[in-house]
Amino acid sequence: MHGKSDSKLALWHILVAYVALALGGVAGLLQGLVRGGLIELPYGIGYYQLLTAHGVLMALVFTTFFIIGFLYAGMVRTTGPLLNTVNRIAWIGFLMMVVGTVLGVILVLLNKATVLYTFYAPMKASPWFYIALVLIVVGSWCALAAIVSQLRYWKRTNKGKMSPLFAFMSATTMILWFVATLGVAATVLLQFIPWSFGWVDKINVMISRTLFWYFGHPLVYFWLLPAYMCWYVILPKIIGGKMFSESMARLAFVLFLIFSVPVGFHHQLMEPGISPTWKYVQVVLTFLVVVPSLMTAFSMFATFELYGRSKGAKGLFGWLKKLPYGDARFLLPFVGMLLFIPAGAGGIINASNQMNAVVHNTLWVTGHFHITVATTVAMTFFGVTFWLIPHLTGRTFTKKLNRMGILLTIVWSLGMVIMSGAMHIVGLFGAPRRTAYTTYFDHPTALSWLNYETVMAIGGVILFIGIIILVASIVMLLRAPKGTEEFPIAEVHENAGSVPAVLDKWGIWIVILVVLILIAYTVPFSDMLGSGYGSKPWVTW
Amino acid sequence: MHIHRLEKIWIVIGTLMLVVFLIAVGIGAFVMDDHPPGHSKGIKLDPEKVYETPPFDNPRLEKIGENEYNAYIVAYVYGYSPNNIEIPVGATVHFYVTSADVVHGFAIPGTNVNMMAVPGEVNELTYTFDEPAEYLLLCNEYCGVGHEYMATKIIVKG
Repeated sequence: MHGKSDSKLALWHILVAYVALALGGVAGLLQGLVRGGLIELPYGIGYYQLLTAHGVLMALVFTTFFIIGFLYAGMVRTTGPLLNTVNRIAWIGFLMMVVGTVLGVILVLLNKATVLYTFYAPMKASPWFYIALVLIVVGSWCALAAIVSQLRYWKRTNKGKMSPLFAFMSATTMILWFVATLGVAATVLLQFIPWSFGWVDKINVMISRTLFWYFGHPLVYFWLLPAYMCWYVILPKIIGGKMFSESMARLAFVLFLIFSVPVGFHHQLMEPGISPTWKYVQVVLTFLVVVPSLMTAFSMFATFELYGRSKGAKGLFGWLKKLPYGDARFLLPFVGMLLFIPAGAGGIINASNQMNAVVHNTLWVTGHFHITVATTVAMTFFGVTFWLIPHLTGRTFTKKLNRMGILLTIVWSLGMVIMSGAMHIVGLFGAPRRTAYTTYFDHPTALSWLNYETVMAIGGVILFIGIIILVASIVMLLRAPKGTEEFPIAEVHENAGSVPAVLDKWGIWIVILVVLILIAYTVPFSDMLGSGYGSKPWVTW
Repeated sequence: MHIHRLEKIWIVIGTLMLVVFLIAVGIGAFVMDDHPPGHSKGIKLDPEKVYETPPFDNPRLEKIGENEYNAYIVAYVYGYSPNNIEIPVGATVHFYVTSADVVHGFAIPGTNVNMMAVPGEVNELTYTFDEPAEYLLLCNEYCGVGHEYMATKIIVKG
């Protein structure tokens, strides 16, 4: 990397992400043991307090910091050192996010914000918890400003050239994030903060839930797109092959951008106050992401097959034998990719209108997001970490570190398959998510879930061992031998063809996105605004 | 733009399967009237006056026909009113559920009864209990420190 300050910027984001992951992991381990009936929490610590900490630290803090750090590093690799102003905006954003995170975690530890990471109204946390969330979100908007300004500068100085694929994807990811976070910013600034300070008496619960889920679903694509960036742009280079098609990669990204926002109602299918027609409209829009998902799957396996055949693989599946399974930089994301196949199938069930009733708010859902974000996305990020930290610190990825990465792949995927598998099964039997250990007064139905909950705890313990391996690896990475480690960026395959100019612009795609959002939300949202009674605040913990 | 022939076939087949799937879901919803819960005719009520607003001023099981009932249920921290509902086997129950405080869940494991109780709103769902059993009715949305105790029974007598 060129600028020292740029490397430091990216590195600090990554390190904060892993501190959050380690703390969130401790919370996760304890939760698993409590739910499994194996321990009780000492010192008056509440189960739901831990659950809030786990959700906020893993889903919001780990992901956002890692993603932004990864994107900065890739922007520097593909567009050159960050402009001074860009670097400054980026540091300001980082500091805001750190202050927000620390403030939020303190409030959770003080038991002033035991509202879980979804903070559903009319439960009221301390107003400072909502202010902490605003700091994290506004800090992340600085990253949008930084990445977009850097890319604009590159385009000005490289007239007539197509922007680097990694930079295009980074900007698309941050634009998606911005459009999505407008919803959560609106509910926090216009509803929660005035209401929690007592400036207004009541909150419109359906509006706040709808704005949250307007944000909550694209949030998962904000996690997924950077993992896809690794798959599309980086993995082909790591295996020694070439990217299958740049145009299809770009098309997939713009399709994810337009189809991931106007879909929040599929998280609200079991709720009153939304007509079945609008629920169905958003279910249809939800499923349109199937198209870019199929494109991504095709591209990945086409890349692998082309590489295998170039190495002399024979037969229909001979190329599978040629892949570098001994390379942790490949194996971690690859196993994540394989587990995304059943994970995606589970997602189809969740969003299936009527079928959602079978799984809604059961442990199935917890199993689902652990096999998606905590497996596919997290394992891809872990794989990136093994070369990105040495790249940023001027060190090398050694054989010993590679062995740590392979060990991590085995432990993490095993722990997740056990834990998430048990969650999926017991969820189908109706065991609720987000619930402390309970037998419901020894009801036979609840007693029949206990064995699965013990299996979940065992999976959780294995995952915690994974976290220890990960933390040890990061310490080893920071102390690895000096040298240089490449930021891998693949070339495009010679048969891929040229990229149409419309796939290097956002204007038209943002217009389509806004139109879809207006179609999906205007009528049901106006209905909610125009009717209903507000709720006063409740503190029930 | 160049798209590989096999990729075109892959996308077309995938998209066609998706269309068939969405039509099936749509027929289920709009032709067979199998909607997700919640189409409660847009009834709203003041969450601070739940116990003064009919029908929730008197939470109850009300017989409306031959083995057919309306159940008006209030969810609150940490229970349901009325408690322990008894019905004969084969009964069809129309559940009308609201909340007197925060958001709650309303789920009966082993059935497809699963919906949200939101303050200010009335959620609605119909279910026919064909098997005699003591069903567990539980809250599956975090509602506070006693959430894991929030449950009651639906007793279906054979």
